[in-house]
Amino acid sequence: METPITLITGTSKGIGKFLAQYYLAQGHRVIGCSRSDTDWKMEGYEHHIADVADETDVKKLFSAIRKQYGKMDHLINNAGIASMNHFMLTPVATVHKILNTNFVGTFLFCREAAKLMKKQQYGRIVNFSTVAVPLKLEGEAVYAASKAAVISFTQVIARELADFGITVNAVGPTPVQTDLIAAVPKDKIRNLLSRQAIHKFAEFEDVANVVDFFLRKESAFITGQVLFLGGI
Amino acid sequence: MGEKILDIIISQAKELNEQLTNKISVEQGADAPLFGRGGVLDSIALVTLVVAVEQAIEDEFDTALTIADEKAMSQKVSPFRTVGSLSEYVQKLIKGEI
Repeated sequence: METPITLITGTSKGIGKFLAQYYLAQGHRVIGCSRSDTDWKMEGYEHHIADVADETDVKKLFSAIRKQYGKMDHLINNAGIASMNHFMLTPVATVHKILNTNFVGTFLFCREAAKLMKKQQYGRIVNFSTVAVPLKLEGEAVYAASKAAVISFTQVIARELADFGITVNAVGPTPVQTDLIAAVPKDKIRNLLSRQAIHKFAEFEDVANVVDFFLRKESAFITGQVLFLGGI
Repeated sequence: MGEKILDIIISQAKELNEQLTNKISVEQGADAPLFGRGGVLDSIALVTLVVAVEQAIEDEFDTALTIADEKAMSQKVSPFRTVGSLSEYVQKLIKGEI
């Protein structure tokens, strides 16, 4: 079997780092990126320093992938940021930052990946949303809105890319114990977990399980879907 | 540079022709109609060609290029009319004249 080429954004820590190592262990060639260098290395892993919302950075990254591998099988748009605040106290600079990373970044990577995947008439794209969207989480208005945009975007481009053999789906994790939620007060998290059918944190493996499902060759008939963890 | 761009577009058009029923008449060179009046491409085929040309130009000239944006749409004469008009437009883009 040919080595699958898998690009994952936001691999310096958290879910992205876990997924990178998880797919490396499965024999994928993993290309990762983040704004800074990683503190980890593994055979078969290639890291690029890139701001996911910077078009020039993203184009450069894809140009390098195109030249070296000439194809891409999987894109996992994991990079994301959050900022908890009452919306009346949220500076517009924060709004731009969140929208840029969570939505514009996802857009740019999908656009460039689709161009590459289209050539081989095959590709799997997995975007990241969140349970904060269906739960309408107070204090996360901008974060939830940016991730709602990811859902709409996923569903529309799933249709635009269907004829090219590319599927586009999204996973909506519940809170996972990562830096993203480190600053969220404990009672807020407890309250959030209580609204799930299964009242606990998600593990990295729970996220990987959904991503696995979307990436499978056999999932060719699954596109434009959003799968939430935790029984939302 | 102009000739190289024209060559790239024609070679991408030939590649696209393999998938098309209504083929681009590449033997007409720069005059080959693409999109619009007398053109043979539907909108998806045009997207495919533009994407392929963008990537080939980026690789050849080591530059980042966006062919289809508001500027392209607001040109008096559509850059997507013929192979030649696309080639001229791309050349202007690379030179920063647009």
